[in-house]
Amino acid sequence: MTAGQPVVDAINSAVDDLNEILDADERLGKSPDEALIGKDAKLDSLGLVNLIVLVEEKIQQKFDVGITLVDERAMSQSKSPFRTLGSLAEFVEEQLNEHGR
Amino acid sequence: MVITGTRKGLGKHLVEHYTRAGWEVFGCSRQPVDYTLPSYRHYALDVADEAAVGEMFAEIGRDNGHLDVLINNAGIASMNHVLLTPMSTVADIFKTNVLGTYLFSRQAARLMSRRRFGRIVNMATVATPLKLEGEAAYAASKAAVVALTQIMARELSELGITVNAVGPGPLDTDLTRTVKKEKIEKLLGQLAIHKLGEMTDVTNVIDFLIAPQSAAVTGQTIYLGGA
Repeated sequence: MTAGQPVVDAINSAVDDLNEILDADERLGKSPDEALIGKDAKLDSLGLVNLIVLVEEKIQQKFDVGITLVDERAMSQSKSPFRTLGSLAEFVEEQLNEHGR
Repeated sequence: MVITGTRKGLGKHLVEHYTRAGWEVFGCSRQPVDYTLPSYRHYALDVADEAAVGEMFAEIGRDNGHLDVLINNAGIASMNHVLLTPMSTVADIFKTNVLGTYLFSRQAARLMSRRRFGRIVNMATVATPLKLEGEAAYAASKAAVVALTQIMARELSELGITVNAVGPGPLDTDLTRTVKKEKIEKLLGQLAIHKLGEMTDVTNVIDFLIAPQSAAVTGQTIYLGGA
């Protein structure tokens, strides 16, 4: 599933908010390939938690739907929906579809 | 502030105490409550129902924007011999006491992280350290709550959230009224203080744990009555 622009916008807005509190060398880009976990990731686990919570907040504001982004594969480098910004966007889109949006 | 299990007993007392103290309180229980209070909003739900709890927190996030305190008070107990306890009872106890505490803490911490401040208080019991016969499932479920308290304290500390537990001895509530008098007296005999606890003993400790000045107190379980 490909994420639609509204979801991508919400995630980018969460990235903007997160970057405001990160040091310059930790700031995230907005490419779908931007790594969120694993050796190429700039974020530590707390940074990832912060991002996920911000994304939930943006989705709530934009779609008026409360989704909870949790997954048992969260920290798996091959299967996690939190691998990259792109996979996160797809995961959010799936969650929204499950909520009938 | 969110308080679970607010229909009666300690939960109801906590709602009265904290609304009186000026808190806006969101509470829940399986059934509706037979009281209304200004600054109190009730949700009728099962604390282990992920979808319903998710909706509750989404609404709180939308209407309130943030959350400072969660008191995981909802709990069920069952006095029975191991050999006579149906698995459905054990499952119910773990569902409410452990899964409910986990789920509410997870959802609350998401809201608390917005302002880098939060206080989570779980309910433990003296039945765990006293290893009370007849309370295997209940005491085990609360031992799990103590483990959750200790590990969540570590995982959530960087978000400014503290996680602690209060373990009361027997209080004068519905839970203890069903227990034989001799049994309660035997239990009280194992505590340093040989008398039933008061609700205010519990609120006193919670007041301390949720205070902004208690930022350095986390991962602790405070047992009352000297267990």
